[in-house]
Amino acid sequence: MTRKTVFIAILFVIVLCSVAVNGQQGRITDKIIGTGGKPAIAAPNFRASGGAQPFMDAFNSTLYSDLENSGLFDMKPKSVYPLNNPQQPSDLRPEDNHMGYALPDWGGAPVNASHLVFGYAAAANGAFALYGNVYDTRQRIESAQLFSQRYAGSLDQAGAIRVAHEFANDIIQKFGGAATLVGSRIYFVSNRGSKPGDSEIWAMDWDGGNAKQLTHLNNMALYPGVSPDGSRVAFTSWSKGTPRIMMVNTETGRLLPFYNQEASLNAFANFTPDGKQIYYSSTAAGLAQIFQADLNGQDFKRVSRRNAIDVEPKVNPKNPNIIYFVSGPGAQQIYSMTAEGLDVQRVTNGEGEASNPSWSPDGQFIAFSWTRGYAKGDWNVFVMDVTTHEYSQLTHSEGRNENPVWAPDGRHIVFASTRGQRGQNYQIYTMLADGTHVTRLTQQGNNRYPVWGTK
Amino acid sequence: MKNDSTNVRVLSCALIAVALLAGCGGKKAPIPPPPGPIGGNNNNASGGSSNLKPVVASFTAEPSSVERGQSAVLRWSVSSATDVAIDHGIGTVQNTGTSRLTPTDTITYTLTANGSGGTTTATATITVTGPPPPPPPTDNRINRGTGTLDRRVQDDLHDVLFDYDSNNIRDDARNVLIADAEAIRRIFADFPTASINVEGHCDERGSAEYNLGLGDRRATSVRDYLVQLGVPADKLKTISYGKERPTCTESDESCWQRNRRAHFSTGQ
Repeated sequence: MTRKTVFIAILFVIVLCSVAVNGQQGRITDKIIGTGGKPAIAAPNFRASGGAQPFMDAFNSTLYSDLENSGLFDMKPKSVYPLNNPQQPSDLRPEDNHMGYALPDWGGAPVNASHLVFGYAAAANGAFALYGNVYDTRQRIESAQLFSQRYAGSLDQAGAIRVAHEFANDIIQKFGGAATLVGSRIYFVSNRGSKPGDSEIWAMDWDGGNAKQLTHLNNMALYPGVSPDGSRVAFTSWSKGTPRIMMVNTETGRLLPFYNQEASLNAFANFTPDGKQIYYSSTAAGLAQIFQADLNGQDFKRVSRRNAIDVEPKVNPKNPNIIYFVSGPGAQQIYSMTAEGLDVQRVTNGEGEASNPSWSPDGQFIAFSWTRGYAKGDWNVFVMDVTTHEYSQLTHSEGRNENPVWAPDGRHIVFASTRGQRGQNYQIYTMLADGTHVTRLTQQGNNRYPVWGTK
Repeated sequence: MKNDSTNVRVLSCALIAVALLAGCGGKKAPIPPPPGPIGGNNNNASGGSSNLKPVVASFTAEPSSVERGQSAVLRWSVSSATDVAIDHGIGTVQNTGTSRLTPTDTITYTLTANGSGGTTTATATITVTGPPPPPPPTDNRINRGTGTLDRRVQDDLHDVLFDYDSNNIRDDARNVLIADAEAIRRIFADFPTASINVEGHCDERGSAEYNLGLGDRRATSVRDYLVQLGVPADKLKTISYGKERPTCTESDESCWQRNRRAHFSTGQ
């Protein structure tokens, strides 16, 4: 009788908890991405005359997908647009004549856009010149202009794409989107062109373009971490036998001096928010423990003092006294501690195995990998509010999904996934931090361990 | 051909022996008859002589030594006998014949031939042996002692396997390590300046980062165990590869187990 009552009580609590968690899951990503009252944007295709015309498909698709992938807007489908659209502000007519030249043609049914993005391109002085405008459809013409801006790029496809990114970014910023992704770079590990078993550190633009090999060590290089200003990448290399930390200048590709303390393993360097120090794992004291050092590897000190394997130290970007890391004993979980290694607490709830914590730029959330609900090794990307420990699952076992890292805009996440890949290959993807707008960035080779730098 | 000539020789010896015995022992020894055709029926030849002792021309086991489970053939040829019997359950047989047998232990068969002139016996033994023992596995490995250093490290040293998320030395790993320690001693004896890497590896399931720390623990556990067994610590270097250098890539327990290992390689 008593046992039964206890059982029912436990069941009740479990149901309550799961209701609470499920009920809150939606809210976490809403907190990150925002919801409701999104600006509704109509962006009819831009046209061009002459030499700029061949690049307009690339321009239009880039502009539309940038706006859509920002998650900031309710993008209105092009299929419901009027037959015509203004190309310059002087084309606008005050009367609602349903021809597409009046703002109410866009603000009313069936488009129902709150804002109209329009303009055109032309070849001017050998450059791709773009004249872009954003107007509020609910205002009179005189007061409807949100902004109008001229852009210029090289007169080729790359130039058109670049200009589309810049224009989209300006629109995003006008609507309160956080820091820009334009100019940000993703650093990652690739085996393209390497001997079997070897890999190098690579860099590419935030959209997957302009990929470039950064290191040429002809060995195994893994686990990059990028400095807050994007000027350095620290990584782990086997070029001297055991795993050691190396540092490379992201602009020149030159290796920077770094002192590795005597240990069978020094790895997973992660920069502090001020960019002046790194945290890393070292076996200098036996088990892998968290250490701290300056950018040259000097002046090191042990931080964690635990009887467990401590890896992946990640410093909160807003509070350098909060370090998250991954450890046992038992199944690996995410833990927190102070910069002195004190007040160790488990962050994840003990289910499954958890790893790869990455801080959102505002320090309120982590993205991480978790096997919760799946077999060992079936990793998925989750986000968690670190104050409430509410979490939300962003990927759902489409292959293995690992190493999520937050973008500088606080709205996107880059990660590595085996989805759609034969064998063990990973490719790099970005998505909005609510799991939508998944975009594949790499195609060739095995590409893993992405991190997102401001440049 | 060879068998025929052997038979002829055996037969001749037997005849000479019988003749000598007859010459020594019997007062009324008659002149022996000419030998009958080999393997033929001697009844006709003996039919005329009413009081001859039977002659056992041959009684052999071929082969005379077998491994347990294999069979041998008893072959006999007797002349001047009225009846012939073999013990151990074979019973009465023809004067000439064969019998295929699979004895479980070494056994000696006695052939008894009765004739009007008396009784003659002969014996044949089948020796049964166990299968030869295999060479001891550790000896097989450490006695090889040939080849380059790389070859020796690769061939003579066996991987040490681990449980998931564990660096404990399992019971089955202890025997491997004892053999490895002995093999390492021999390698160092042949290559005094050599050093050996103890590589720690993991299966694909844990995170790459945690596995790098775990691989280090596995390599260290193995090195410490080998040092306890007398291998010099300064000649063993630990290197973790986490899950970055799998030996197989299937996603099943048999492959995962092969990857949860400490592996030996030649040091620098």
